[in-house]
Order: sequence, then C-alpha cells, then structure tokens
Amino acid sequence: MQHLGAAYSLARWLVHNEDDAEDLVQEAYLRALKFFSGYYGGDSRAWLLTIVRNTCYTWLQKNRTFVTEPIDDNLEDAGLDFADPESLLLQQVDSQMVRQALQELPVEFREVVVLREMEGLSYKEIAVVADIPIGTVMSRLKRGRQRLHALLATRMGKEAKVELSANA
Amino acid sequence: MNCQQTRELIHGYVDGELDLVKSLEIEEHLKSCEACAQTYKQIRGLRSALTNNALRFEPSTKFERHLRSALRKQDDSTATPWFIRWRWLPAGATLLGALIVLVVVGGMWRRPSANDVVAQEIVSSHVRSLMAGHLMDVVSSDRHTVKPWFDGKLDFSPPVRDFRDQGFTLSGGRLDYIGNRPVAALVYLRGQHPINLFVWPSDGTPATTQQASVHQGYNLIRWSNEGMNYWVVSDLNLAELQQFVQLLQAQNQAEGGNPAVRQRARI
Repeated sequence: MQHLGAAYSLARWLVHNEDDAEDLVQEAYLRALKFFSGYYGGDSRAWLLTIVRNTCYTWLQKNRTFVTEPIDDNLEDAGLDFADPESLLLQQVDSQMVRQALQELPVEFREVVVLREMEGLSYKEIAVVADIPIGTVMSRLKRGRQRLHALLATRMGKEAKVELSANA
Repeated sequence: MNCQQTRELIHGYVDGELDLVKSLEIEEHLKSCEACAQTYKQIRGLRSALTNNALRFEPSTKFERHLRSALRKQDDSTATPWFIRWRWLPAGATLLGALIVLVVVGGMWRRPSANDVVAQEIVSSHVRSLMAGHLMDVVSSDRHTVKPWFDGKLDFSPPVRDFRDQGFTLSGGRLDYIGNRPVAALVYLRGQHPINLFVWPSDGTPATTQQASVHQGYNLIRWSNEGMNYWVVSDLNLAELQQFVQLLQAQNQAEGGNPAVRQRARI
C-alpha cells in the first residue's frame, strides 16, 4: 500500500502508541478515500501525510495530551547552540536514547524533525503537511535540532560520568 | 556572510534548501570560521544519528491486512447504497444504468485532459513563484552558472540559453514539481514580464509542435522535441511569447540536436 510506512511512522511519532497510531492511520485512509475526488494530482504522499497529521492533531487535542501552550515561532531558544566546547560523537549515540529524546520534544518540533529526517520531505512539502510557512519550517527544524542536541548532550554526559564512576 | 547570518541559515544549507549563491557564501564562511564549522559538524552528526538509527516505525503486516479490508469495505459500501433492495432491482437497475451512462458521458465531457492538468499545475507554479518571491533559486544571467546548478538536483540536464540580445534575459532557475516529478524551471525577463520555462524529459513520447492556450489569463505554449517537454507561461502577450519560443527552437536546431538534452542515466 503506497505511503503506508510513512503514514504509520508519522502517526506513531505524533501519538506515541501503537494502537492509537493504527486507529488514526485507518481513520485517515478512510477519510482520504472519501475525499479522493478532492485530490487533483500533485504530491500524493504530502497530501496523504497532511490528512494523517491533521487526524492525529485532532485526536491529540481531544485527548488533552497535547501541550496546550502553543510554541512561539518568533522566539529563539537561548543558550542552546551547537557549538558547545565538548564535541559530541553523536554517531555513536544509541538509538534508544535518540528515540527517547525525540519523543520528549514538543510535537511541533517533533513533527518537522520526523518529516525531514525520516521521510526526507523538502521544506516545501513539510510546509504543506504541517500547514506553516517555509520560513517557520526552517526555524522549527533549527530549534528542534538544537533541543535534541542539548538533550542528547546532557544524557551522554551523564552516561559518561556513570561509566567513569563505575570504572573508578 | 557573518556568524549571525550563517547560524540563521545553516540548517537550510545542511538540508540543501538554500539557493546557489547563499550556499557558496556559507561554504566560504565555514572555511574561515572554526565555531560555525563546529556547529555544522554537529548538525551533520545529529542528522546521521537520526537517520542511521532506524527510528522509523514500520506498520505490522497484520495492521496492513486489516487496513486493506477496511478500505475495501468502505469502497463496497459506497458502491452499493443501502436503498438498493432486491424488489427495487429491476427499476433500480434501469435507473442505475441510465445514471452510469450519464456519469460516464458527463465524466468524459468534464474530465480535464492530462494536458489541462499539467497546464493548471504550470499556471499555479508560475503564480506561486511570483507570489512567494521565489522566482529563482539561482540568480544568474550566466547560463554557465545556471546549468551546473541543476546538476545533482535533476536526473536530466536542461538546455539553458540566454537571449539577452533579443530582449529575453535569462535571470535564473529553480527546481519545481510538475506532474509528480522534479522539473527545471528557467526564468527569463522580458521587460517587467517574467517568463517561466519548464523543461522535463518527455519519456519517449513523440515530438509535438507548438500549441498555445490561455489559462487564468496567462498565455501558455507547449511543445516537445529532442526528448524534452517544454512549457512556457507568462503574462506576456502571445505574439512576443511566440517569438521567444521561436528563438528557443531555432537555437536548439542550430546546435544540431542539443547534446545537453540527452538524458543522464537515472541513479
């Protein structure tokens, strides 16, 4: 089935659990089928992901797991820059840790990171799916990556310390 | 470019979303600035941690089967509405038959042809490029700058020419999507009128001569030869747009079957 992998993965990243993700993907696909007449060519993957994303957001809002405070796209995250003195070898970070850190990001950042890094969507496509301007896509990606990097840096730092004390 | 600007744009650079000129400026800055080079390395590291680590969730085959049958059910339920009962069958069948004929005939009448759909996309893309101020990714009137920029972004090499002397100035190019595929969009200026020229491989369909049409007040001309489809769109009047097309075609012929149009092997 076309795009099912992308649709399911996005839903799972947005709502965090398997059963809900499956229900929501099914709902989205049924909706897509129903409104297929409203689809005139163009990028079918972005179109489908938009429906999945909106279905998930509606669910998140209803289930109140949604962070009610919307993020301010005009803000910068102070003190979160990549150029910290301790160079990280993130290639070696274990995937469980990355998964955990990504799950902790606010959903607005999480979705752009997932769409960009896992599905390889362009800014233009992400702008369509997440219904935000292209400039906002870039600023959210930037802040999402900064936060992710900071989270991983803290955890890897801790882990290194634990290892050190274990060795000592 | 300074550190402040680089920090602002570096994510766009890493994602390959910047135009050629900005990318080169950032590359230049990274060579000379240790701190920004470090940032760049860390973003690259983070990206590979995200893509290397199989973070994507895969749907189970059980779910896929379940979804398939759910979709089929919905399809069936819309195909046979509840009000069709056995005793209504004879009358219903006749009515349905008539309806199908109507829908099919009506559909044939109203369904836009493939070219209409493309024309619509072309016009939308043209309008979007004007509205968003995103007319060009490579701003250059030098065809030797515009052409290499497309390398690596497309699986074919579009012919890039300048007609400055004839009053059509090449002012840049960008990548666009038409009919589900990436295409080259070349931007020319005739006075204040921008012209978008879209080029993509015609995948073996035979060459066609020029055909002009009007969509939403824009003039369009399409043709294909040498294995490429060409669409030109502008608010320019038809006569001048045709003149532009003739220049393009004459140039292509003069160069004796343009070698640049030969499609590169798909990766």
